[in-house]
Amino acid sequence: MAKINFVDHSGETRTVEVEEGATVMEAAIRNAVPGIEAECGGACACATCHVYVDEAWRDKTGAPTPMEEDMLDFGFDVRPNSRLSCQIKVTEELDGLVVTVPERQA
Amino acid sequence: MSEAIKTDVLIVGAGPCGLFAVFELGLLDVKVHLVDILDKIGGQCAELYPEKPIYDIPGIPMITGHGLTESLLEQIKPFNPTFHLNEMIETVEKIGDPGFRVTTDAGKVFECKVLVVAAGGGSFQPKRPPVPGIEAYEGGSVHYAVRKMEEFRDKDLMIVGGGDSALDWVLNLHPLAKRITLVHRRDDFRAAPHSVEQMRALVASGQMDLLIGQVTALEGEGNVLSAATVKGNDGTVTKVACNAMLPFFGLTMKLGPVANWGLHLENNLIPVDTGTFETNVPGIFAIGDINTYPGKLKLILSGFHEGALMAQKAVKYVYPDKRVVFQYTTSSSSLQKKLGVN
Repeated sequence: MAKINFVDHSGETRTVEVEEGATVMEAAIRNAVPGIEAECGGACACATCHVYVDEAWRDKTGAPTPMEEDMLDFGFDVRPNSRLSCQIKVTEELDGLVVTVPERQA
Repeated sequence: MSEAIKTDVLIVGAGPCGLFAVFELGLLDVKVHLVDILDKIGGQCAELYPEKPIYDIPGIPMITGHGLTESLLEQIKPFNPTFHLNEMIETVEKIGDPGFRVTTDAGKVFECKVLVVAAGGGSFQPKRPPVPGIEAYEGGSVHYAVRKMEEFRDKDLMIVGGGDSALDWVLNLHPLAKRITLVHRRDDFRAAPHSVEQMRALVASGQMDLLIGQVTALEGEGNVLSAATVKGNDGTVTKVACNAMLPFFGLTMKLGPVANWGLHLENNLIPVDTGTFETNVPGIFAIGDINTYPGKLKLILSGFHEGALMAQKAVKYVYPDKRVVFQYTTSSSSLQKKLGVN
């Protein structure tokens, strides 16, 4: 299990546990973390599970794939550390990951 | 008001569940019209994931969203449903027991005995970009679609986005507009490479402008824009004269007018009876992603099942005096005749 920290736009942090192999989006949805909508259910087709990866974790999560970049064009307030949480697979390395949820998804 | 189109059943939404419902209703001799807000058939399968593989349609190990839509259209061909695309149902008025008068945003009127809501996640509507105060200019200088190209003649037009819609309209409106500025958050475009090349050529020859960054502020009076501020990824801030704007940020699903049809809602979903998939309003059914009941799974296969059970109840409203005998397509010659296979 890995701990994932979701910071909402007011600064409050929710920590949830998820098994390795699941995605950060799934961790959010299963634990009803507010602000992650995931309309398309994880198909990288909607950009409503957008998060900002904490600077300290950006190397570990890596950069978006070209397909994810294309979807991020539809995101709200996209920044250099933007990712779609359905495209971040949880590994042992990501235990303790910190992501911030944008003010809104669309 | 135009003359009403009369139909047994009107289905709201031409996604996979709406399409398969045509099949189940067709076997019971029920005629169907379908309305969809998209300009194409297939719902989310067409709009969100046409090329992505689906692995959980029973009996079909793998099919794309587009492929599933095509197969369903082939399957329901014998029943000749009528599609009304690019239209959204706005009002539903009870006129019978059951019976409904339904009006679309294009002013089309239907009179149906049964209404089936197969609207998935709701209606697809353009996403509003994250620009403070943009709402104030909607209906004035900010448009999410091009209805008449002439509206953009001699305008200082800003187009925002990097997909095909953005690039196509850059190229189509370039001859008409006074000046076009294309704004995109990165210097990489997902639009067709040929369109991107053409756009880059226009920029290179000084016939239009390209800014890489995001729109951060708008200026204007009432709903008429005069300028837009673009913050570049390198931190530079550019103010651009602009009296028309076309943002293309894709579509999002909103429940939309369904909320005003007198149906009970739970978290924007419509509760149904799981024996019939009827809502709290007799004669209005809800199938697919838009309904909810204990144990609900948002799977296409569940929507197919829901359509089949809905049809068994709907036919009783359409033909109140007819005794419906349940039959199998494998053995019933009358069903096979309807399907045109016998």
